Amino acid sequence: MENLLEVKDVTKIYPGGVVANYKVKFTVREGEIHALVGENGAGKSTLMKMLFGFEDMTEGEFFFKGKKVHFTSSKDAIENGIGMVHQHFMLVPSFTVSENLTLGSEENFLKVFINEKKCRQATLEIADKYGFSIDVDKKVRDISVGMKQKLEILKVLYRGAKLIILDEPTAVLTPQETKELFEQLLILKSMKYTIIFISHKLDEVKYLCDRLTILKQGRSMGTYDVDQLTQLEISELMVGREIQFNYEKPEQQYGEAVLAVKDIKYVDKFGIDKLKGVSFKLREGEILGLAGVEGNGQSEVISIITGELKQDHGSVFAFNEDITNLKIADRREKGLANVPEDRMEDGCAQTLSVMDNLVTINIHHFIKHKMILDFKKMRTYAKELIKNFDILCKNEDQEIKRLSGGNIQKTIVAREFSLEKPILIINQPTRGIDVGSIEFIHKKILEKRHNGDSILLSSADLGELMALSDRILVFFKGEIVANIADVKHISEAELGLYMLGLKRDENSVLEGVSYAG
Amino acid sequence: MLDKLKNKIDTYSLLRVFCAILIAYTCTIIIIFTFSKVPFTAMYKFFLGPFTSKRNFFNVVETAIPLLFAGLALNVIQKGGLTNLIADGALYMGAVIASVAAISLSLPKGIHAAVAIAMASLVGGLITLIPAIIKKFTGAWEMVVAIMLNTVFFYVGQYIINSKYLDEVAGYASYKFAKTSKLGHLISGTQMHYGFIIVIIVFILVYILMEKTLFGYDLKIVGVNMRYAKNAGINVFKVVMLSQFIGGCIAGMGGAVEVLGIYDRFLWVNQVSFVWDAILINILAGEKTANIPLTAFFFSFIRVGAGIMSRGTDLDQEIVAIIQAIIIFLVSAERFMYTYKIKREQKAALMEKDRILTQQQTEVL
Amino acid sequence: MEFLANPTFWFAVIRSMTPVLLTAMGASIARKAGLVNLSHEGVMLVSALAGVMGSAYTGSLLAGMICGVFFAVAIELLMAYFTLILKSDIVITGVAINLAAAGGTVFVMYSAIQDRGVSAKLYSLSYPTVELPFIKEIPFLGQILSGHNILTYMAFLMIIVVYIFIYKTTYGKKIRAVGQSPEAAASVGINVVKVQTVAFFLCGIFVAFGGMFLSMGYMTMFTANMTAGRGFIALAATNMAGGNPLGAFAGAFVYGFSYSLANYLQNANIFPLEAIMAFPYLFIVLVYALFSWFDRRRNKESQPF
Repeated sequence: MENLLEVKDVTKIYPGGVVANYKVKFTVREGEIHALVGENGAGKSTLMKMLFGFEDMTEGEFFFKGKKVHFTSSKDAIENGIGMVHQHFMLVPSFTVSENLTLGSEENFLKVFINEKKCRQATLEIADKYGFSIDVDKKVRDISVGMKQKLEILKVLYRGAKLIILDEPTAVLTPQETKELFEQLLILKSMKYTIIFISHKLDEVKYLCDRLTILKQGRSMGTYDVDQLTQLEISELMVGREIQFNYEKPEQQYGEAVLAVKDIKYVDKFGIDKLKGVSFKLREGEILGLAGVEGNGQSEVISIITGELKQDHGSVFAFNEDITNLKIADRREKGLANVPEDRMEDGCAQTLSVMDNLVTINIHHFIKHKMILDFKKMRTYAKELIKNFDILCKNEDQEIKRLSGGNIQKTIVAREFSLEKPILIINQPTRGIDVGSIEFIHKKILEKRHNGDSILLSSADLGELMALSDRILVFFKGEIVANIADVKHISEAELGLYMLGLKRDENSVLEGVSYAG
Repeated sequence: MLDKLKNKIDTYSLLRVFCAILIAYTCTIIIIFTFSKVPFTAMYKFFLGPFTSKRNFFNVVETAIPLLFAGLALNVIQKGGLTNLIADGALYMGAVIASVAAISLSLPKGIHAAVAIAMASLVGGLITLIPAIIKKFTGAWEMVVAIMLNTVFFYVGQYIINSKYLDEVAGYASYKFAKTSKLGHLISGTQMHYGFIIVIIVFILVYILMEKTLFGYDLKIVGVNMRYAKNAGINVFKVVMLSQFIGGCIAGMGGAVEVLGIYDRFLWVNQVSFVWDAILINILAGEKTANIPLTAFFFSFIRVGAGIMSRGTDLDQEIVAIIQAIIIFLVSAERFMYTYKIKREQKAALMEKDRILTQQQTEVL
Repeated sequence: MEFLANPTFWFAVIRSMTPVLLTAMGASIARKAGLVNLSHEGVMLVSALAGVMGSAYTGSLLAGMICGVFFAVAIELLMAYFTLILKSDIVITGVAINLAAAGGTVFVMYSAIQDRGVSAKLYSLSYPTVELPFIKEIPFLGQILSGHNILTYMAFLMIIVVYIFIYKTTYGKKIRAVGQSPEAAASVGINVVKVQTVAFFLCGIFVAFGGMFLSMGYMTMFTANMTAGRGFIALAATNMAGGNPLGAFAGAFVYGFSYSLANYLQNANIFPLEAIMAFPYLFIVLVYALFSWFDRRRNKESQPF
């Protein structure tokens, strides 16, 4: 079997210095299903964007069917036989399935008028040919996610793709739809199509794929036969940081529960069961870590606690008060501080100054004469925070988006940590930032703990989680499968087993809900 | 000190505006030379006309007053994130309500005008809420709704005046306003009225509101990133609605002041078009409240200059429209002078890239 | 209510809806391509004057027509360049064009004939009216349908043509795809900028005729600001229907009906004149709001703020 696609030393550096890919190198054989794994931000999407010409390469080459290629658009790529199914569907919502399929290459009369009947027929034929069952006449906005995806695959097949790239295809599918998708992909494989399967769901990769390439922080960690590695080993290669965190954590007396969630259930807008009855408590003075492969419910439970999402069932208590129906503003008043996952979208106002971003949640402290803001006080406050949190910026008036990721995050942390007696809800605090900032933020988190404040920490970085947390809850498919009270003595390997659903500890979970408060 | 100033003034934007105006002026000169038999007179009258007499100079100020009101109104409205162009409807109805108050109430001088203006503002504010509410509950685009409603309110205003306050004897106009309601003349020999004082005060208040108050801060955050605002606990709905109401009040006030200051009767038989000018005024001001008086006066200046030119030469004053359009085209084209900005950034990026590549290589080794 | 039985009334309805209908056809194409084109008011004015001046100075109706279309299309392409290539804000650009056109047309007219109100001094040609054989014999209907300006007949024909173009041709489908989901279009190789430019171009042609009808159809002169908001009505009627030409036709009809009604009811005392004049605008707002509400429910979107 020859190499269908060869990726050779592909590098991408964005202006501003962010390294998205560095000398990535692997090959894909004809007729195989090849997985590309890596956590969020590892560079998988950027790599594909470069292949399709959406982004320019800084360095490197792509070879397809043995020839060097440089595609300038997705049309270019498709005409040469490579098609991609994106995470966000590229479909016209008010068009029917067959209209979407035939877009741009319709069967027609006299080159001008669309022959709808023939279009329908062509759609039915191609669906048949590959064994896909789709409803040809339904409008795309009315069909299920699973069917949208099938449509996207058919789209590329219709246009003659031989290599199909699927970007996180099962992220939005129900288990049943996933099963159907896999059946379809195996059929395609038997018809000698080649598939690249981008995913971080290791159980699926193990089931479906022949070989895999691991990307970590923009670099390739090697290509392996799927049978060569266990899921754990793959996970370690995906996630492990070079830096080991080792912090002195003084003994701590934990108080009563300051935060409690009871039996939270949540089904998302795609109809997928994201939380199946989650309960836990956060004690005073404790750092409670939420571990789990992304997509197993941790983000949703955090959004429900902060008030961004509304749960379908269950309740949330803060300091013994029921905050289940409170709006975000009211929850903040009760003491909830939030360092969000998407720092640019939810965590700051990009074009405003550092000072503006530092005072948003306690702006009321700076009011004099009922409505007027005391800018002098604000400035002093901002300067102090900048100093205390080592925020590198020209001055407090600089636009926050000009700062490096680490400094932006420190600004957000500075803001949220300055709430009095807070319950700190922190989600992926150190993703994509420099080492110095990471350590600084960790230090601040531990300071808060020492101070008696309580922290809920969700992170995909196991090293971080294990170094900071007093206790860890492991999420798997919308449930908490373990409550690890002895973080010091558990190994990453064992933690991994829980995370992959290979082990459960119901008793510990029950313990985790038994605290007072 | 210079650093602080540098921080506040965005030199790149300033350069762009300056270049745009320069280009527009150059085009104007070309047009003048093309179309006029007396180009030098035309140029003199256009560029310097307003300075040639007391009357002309204050004409610039008078003309600027409603522009300033409209510009400020739209500034506040747009900061709420909505393209709610109903300022014309609000302004017109403000003028109508103030006229009605001027005709039908009898109050002592000063208070009469104050009451009329207050009523006009309230009506203006309420009117401006309408497209925003419709947007919130139906998702209908406020811009289209507002443009349509401007005409609807024009006819509502016309109906009010025509049905009860029309003075048959005076041609098409309403009854005279009571003397007690008018805004007196500030400077003899001109049409300058106390509305000027009012608009300055309004500007200062709006500036303070936008830049120095809690509301202004919240509005700023909402305008930049609504998700972040929600996340931080800001009541986005309240802030947006308030911004629309306040903007509408300013517009209503503008209509009232204009009518009570300059006229004796209500005689606006055509729809007003201040909101379109207000859009241009805001763009040129870079959406910054502090710059609005400057740009409003600038537009007023070129308008009056064009008027003086047209009265003294063979050119029509509407040349102003072309200048305005050129300036706006250039200023709002992001890519205008973009290459200048890009070159600066690219250079920085290239240096950064080299640094990182070498760093990566040494790391790997 | 007797006027409803008067064929002259309905004739007037058809006549007064023509410019809005023509412009709305262009607006529909632009809207379907996802363009927020506010410039119709201005482009109508420009083509109205250009047609008049073109035909007056050359003595040829054809030349006048070409002139009108040329300038309209030129402005639309200018807009395309500024918004699609230079990334200007399309709303601001549209507003600027309207302002420039309102003033610019008066300026040019004044420079040419030293009159800033009407172009009566220019001997403009006009588009011919047409008597429809056979149809004109039909009682009542014949008086309504026959004797219109050729542009009126063209306008109605265009409803069908534009409808077929948008919904039944391959290019129309491209336009719709670009308007709803540019990523989807790009993913199959459609050049989004090119398609949108073509949409601007086609829009210009229709709007040109909408404008020329005003100055060369019913009347034969250009008057300052003669569009009187018709460009915006066309825009709103188009939006109301989401760009569907049939919906735009309905909006244009409501406008024509109210406009003629206002003329007829000048002396009657049933409704105040102002209410009638305001009616089409209010009607469009209500229908638009209603449709948007339905749309939102159907797409299960959440409230904007």
